[in-house]
This record gives sequence, C-alpha cells and structure tokens, in this order.
Amino acid sequence: MFYFRTMTRTLSAPVTVAFDYTRSTGPVLGRFLTGLRDGQVVGGRTSDGSVVVPPPEFDPVTHDPVTEFVDVAPTGTVTSWTWVPEPVAGQPFDRPFAWALVRLDGADAPFLHALDVSSPDQVSTGMRVQVRWAEERIGAITDIACFEPEDGGDGGFETVASATSSTTDTEVEVRGAPATSPDTTVPVTGVVTPVSLDYLYAASPEESAFYRGLNEGRIVGQRCPTCQKVYVPPRSACPADGTPTAEEVEVSQTGTITTFCIVNVPFLGQKIVPPYVSAYVLLDGADIAVLHLILGVDAAEVRMGMRVRAVWKPREEWTYSLENIDHFEPTGDPDADFDTYRHHL
Amino acid sequence: MAKQPAAVVGVGQTHHRAKREDVSMAGLCREAIDRALLDANLTLDDIDAIVVGKAPDLFEGVMMPELFLADALGAAGKPLLRVHTAGSVGGSTAIVAASLVQAGVHRRVLTVAFEKQSESNAMWALSVPLPFNMPVHAGAGGYFAPHVRSYIRRSGAPNHVGAIVAAKDRQNALKNPYAHLKNPDTTVESVLASQMLWDPIRYDETCPSSDGACALVIVDEDTAAASPNPAWIHGTVMRSEATTAAERDQVNPQASRDAAAALWKQAGITNPVEEIDAAEIYVPFSWFEPMWLESLGFAEANGGGWRLTESGATAMDGRLPVNCSGGVLSSNPIGASGMLRFGEAALQVRGAAGEHQVDGARRALGHAYGGGSQFFAMWVVGSEKPSN
Repeated sequence: MFYFRTMTRTLSAPVTVAFDYTRSTGPVLGRFLTGLRDGQVVGGRTSDGSVVVPPPEFDPVTHDPVTEFVDVAPTGTVTSWTWVPEPVAGQPFDRPFAWALVRLDGADAPFLHALDVSSPDQVSTGMRVQVRWAEERIGAITDIACFEPEDGGDGGFETVASATSSTTDTEVEVRGAPATSPDTTVPVTGVVTPVSLDYLYAASPEESAFYRGLNEGRIVGQRCPTCQKVYVPPRSACPADGTPTAEEVEVSQTGTITTFCIVNVPFLGQKIVPPYVSAYVLLDGADIAVLHLILGVDAAEVRMGMRVRAVWKPREEWTYSLENIDHFEPTGDPDADFDTYRHHL
Repeated sequence: MAKQPAAVVGVGQTHHRAKREDVSMAGLCREAIDRALLDANLTLDDIDAIVVGKAPDLFEGVMMPELFLADALGAAGKPLLRVHTAGSVGGSTAIVAASLVQAGVHRRVLTVAFEKQSESNAMWALSVPLPFNMPVHAGAGGYFAPHVRSYIRRSGAPNHVGAIVAAKDRQNALKNPYAHLKNPDTTVESVLASQMLWDPIRYDETCPSSDGACALVIVDEDTAAASPNPAWIHGTVMRSEATTAAERDQVNPQASRDAAAALWKQAGITNPVEEIDAAEIYVPFSWFEPMWLESLGFAEANGGGWRLTESGATAMDGRLPVNCSGGVLSSNPIGASGMLRFGEAALQVRGAAGEHQVDGARRALGHAYGGGSQFFAMWVVGSEKPSN
C-alpha cells in the first residue's frame, strides 16, 4: 500500500514493527506474578517497614534485594483516580473506565489498575474497591481484570488480614480464587510482552523521485554539486559534505558487483529463502553501490568485479519500490578490473 | 584546562549465558554493579552519578531503560544518564562516565551496560524490512560479511586467518570464568570445518548471542588513592562517521583511523604494538581482528594485520595479546560488549585478570565499534598515573 502526499509528491507507506518480547521476571516480580496466578496479591516489605505492591526488586533505601513478601487483601481504598472517556487499543476496556490508585488493605503504597465503573460520578477518592480476577489467570498483571466497587461484585472474596508469608518457594496459598488456574506448583519466572509499533514510513522528496523513477523502469540518482558524486538512491543532502543534491542523473541498469555475501542462514522475518547472494552493485554512472539480489548464476560462481544487469519484474507488478527490479544477473562480459571499484570497498 | 586524573577502581560483570532466565534486567545489572562496587570497596551510597548504556531498542524492546531501572541502579536523588551508540555503546558509556570525573563534575561515577538478547531476536531486529527497499538485509553477519570479503581481497589474506582468531579467542575464554562459550575442542581445523553462514563468515567465526552486563566504578585521584590497583585512564576517544557516504572505506573507516591516531597521541604512545601490553578489541566476527589491528595502527594497512595474527603475535603469550578474555567471539551481550572490552583492559593493568592475566601488563587498550562500522570508542588505561 502506498500513499502520495499530493502537496509534496512524497511517498509514504505503513510499516509495522512487531515482536513478542519475553521478560525474565527475576525472583521478586516472579513472586508477585505467581501470586496473581494463584489468586493472591503479594507485596514486598521494604526496610522502613512499608508494604509495597507490586514488590520493588530492590529496597529504595538500602538498595538490597527485597526478600520479605507479604500477602495483602484483594480489597482496598482508592487514593486517587482519573477518568478515561475514550479508551484506546490495548487498554483494559473498550468502554469508558477509570485508572485508579488503590491502597490494598495490608499495603502502605497504592497500586495502579483499571476501575470498572460506568461514569466518573461512580468513582471517588476514599471509595472501597475489590479485585475482579480474570477468568483465566496465567501469571500476568492482567490476571487482575480490574478493580470494581466493593459491594458491586459477586462478593466471592474474603478480606485477608496482612500476613507475612515465607520467602521460600513454597506454594502460595490460593484464597478466594474464582477459577482454577494453570499448574500452581511451578513459580512464574517469565512473561511475554507483545509490542507492535505502527509507523507511516515517509520517503524524502529525493527518495520519492527515485521510487517514482523505478515505477517508470528508470534508475534515477542525484549528483552532489560539491563533490560531483552521484548518489543512488539520492539523499536530501550529500552525506560527505552536506550539500543539498538537486541535479537528477539517470544511471545505467548495468553495473559491477563490488562485494557480496552468500546468505545461508535462515532467520525470523526473512523474505527470501536462503541461500541467496546479497551484493553491492555499483551501477555505471553511480558513485555508491546499491544492495540487491543476484540470481541467474550459481552462488559459488559470483565474483567481486562480476558485471551484472537489472532484471525487472513484469511491468504489471511494478509499484514504487526497488523490488521492481527482481534481481541482477550476469551480463557475461569480462569482469571489471579491481582498480575500477577498489575505492568503493 | 587540563583534565582531572581518573581511574577505574571497580570492575564487575555477570556470568554471560545464552539465557539468564534467573534474573530480570534490573537483577542482571545489579549482579554486575554489586561486583564492581565490592571490587571498589564502595557502596551505592558513595556514588555521585550513574551512566547506563544498552543496545539499540529493538534488540530487547526496551526504549527507556533509565526510567524503569532508576530504582535498581540506586539512582534516586542522583544524576542518571543514558548513552546510545549502537554496538559501541558500552565503550561510549564508559567514556561518558570517565568524562564526568575528568571534568571535575563528579568524584565517583558508576557506569553499567547490559543486554538481554534472549528476550528478543537481534537478527530480526537488524533485518526489519522497510517499505520501498529490497529486503536482502540479513542481520549483522549479512552486513559485515561483504566488508570482510573486501578485506580479504584487498589484503591478500589466506583463508585460515579468521579461523586462527576464532580458535585463539575460544581457547582464551576457557581461562575466563565469566565467558559464555566454553568450547575446549575448538581448533583452527574445527572452525574451518564449521558451516558457512554468511559466506565468507563461518559459524565458528561469529559471536554468540548472550545475556550479560558489565559495570565499572570510575573515580577521581583522591578516591583512587584508597585503591591498591587503580587503572588510570590515559586517553579516551569517540569518533563517528556517515554510514552511506560515496566511496566510504568500510574496511578501514576514516573515523576509526582518526580515533586511533588521537588516542595514541593523548596517551603519549608512538609505537602502539610495542607500548600496548594487552588489547581488548571489539571482534564480533573473527576477521575483524586483523582488520582492526591495521586500522588501529598496530600493523600496516592491507596485509599487516593478518600477518600479525598469523604469526601468533596476538595470542596470550604473543607480542600483542588480543582478547585474552575470549572477547566478543566468546561472550556477546551486545549492549555490554564494549564495556567488557574497556573493563577487561582495566583488569589487565590492575593485575586482576586472573587466569587470563598478561604478566606485567602496564598499558592496555579497550576498543568498541558499532552501527555499520560507524561509531568508534576507545580508551587506554595504565597501571601508572598518566604524566600528561
């Protein structure tokens, strides 16, 4: 998908960068998440005697690891809040809700989570709330679906007085758990945190001219007026001396392989099936090589200095991309002399 | 105005592994920090400022480590800075920390760099396809392999030099209790027999993917007086260059040559190969040892580097021991790899490198590079206070 910005004639296209990152929790946050999975909110006691939820990994005063864990109640008091009239993707609800700081009974510091009420009139500082557990708990912060007004839920929770629990790996006692949970004998040590970033990738006016040229079957660079080097693709300014480049230069569709790599390794997100030759091709008339694919020759036969030509995809498949050139293939001409390209290595 | 003297009095690192699933990022950093502070005989309360570095954000999906790590790093009430220069970041981070002391702004600075590569996929992160472009990128190996090929062609190096480096560094790693790879059977022959991944780079000629951290405590002259073995900083240099300039030398980049020249001048060194006793050089792919030996001025360009390596001069018992720790080829928590080079150089001149100690090392080089051979960070540390 491509967009033209009609005012500037620059090209842009959406790009999504997404990955399911994993996180090792370490012993402290692991203990907290294990508790959530098992239906118990766990805090940590810091050196001043305070109980903090979630437990901090290191004490804010002594900097020592926090090792004393305290079970707190699933009920508490709102200490502050804000209203979310228009939730965005990824938030706990697709309807308006509150973010609330809740000091759980048995804790000394407030804890941020969603509060499910239908209007800001139903939330106030000092109101009593309780945890609403997720139907399926996996050892993640979302195991707490949200908070809800204390007398507005199903009332399935008993208030638990503050109690110090053991710091060993013994199984956390499940209190008032509304649903059966995964294997509760194994502590939670990791979580998966999917990240997805949606960008609009905008090409510069100079690059856009290059991509439009490709849409016409031409390879168009720009010459730097200061150093006279021809850049393909053109840059807005010469990277060597900073001079804006303006003069368009159509370069040859034939060039020389300066250097290359044979990719034998498969990897996540790879678009071309290995093995393949990824090569720097110095097009005749250009002063910088472009990276492209070499086909039409056994990979073991590819050489530095080999003369190659662009092989275009069928015209009906052309877009505004360097991918309009399917690959480069040998011309069959004698190799270029090393001295003609050694200063491009 | 002259710089204030500064010295490394604490070096700490984690046990580097493919996966450190036993610790969080904060825990990983603290493991290195606590060792560095113990080494320095200081506590977090003694520290005036903290400088943190990590690899590019997609590498483990953390965009602002300074925000969520502030507590764990003991930064409450103190300046906390983050440094970002791709793979060279560990070196740059140490240099920024050193500069705070050299400028007289702070007396005791803690610096830490880390990577949890197991929480992401660096190969993916380096190869995200961009619109309009040809998706031929193939990670760091895919980027650097063509330039290794260029070096081999320009220098006339024989095929096995990369394997010599890989075998040497893997053997050195056996002497380093913190190293990730422990492969006692690695030989030149076994490296040459390993799979060709990014031709001309073989599997055994590549760095591993590691979780790990490194921390340094850098202090002023007064504080260093309490240390039995400070590593004095004799010179620090950072240089950058454009990635895509026409006719840029990707084998021996201008910024690298300029940085080295400035570094030797600062440190009062006129003949590096004679005056440096141990070098920790950022070698993520084995061929970069001879390449950087040339660029750093240890050997003549276009061939001196591989001849030095082939002669055995860069082995533990050679004229210029390189990467006695096992180097990046044996442990590669990317965000920390540069700081590990800087820290290992400090350990050498402090006589604290244990089994991989070079006897009597008085001056050592720490080196890092990053991006498309675009960022360079280097320092020289010495056992004696610099006279300049």
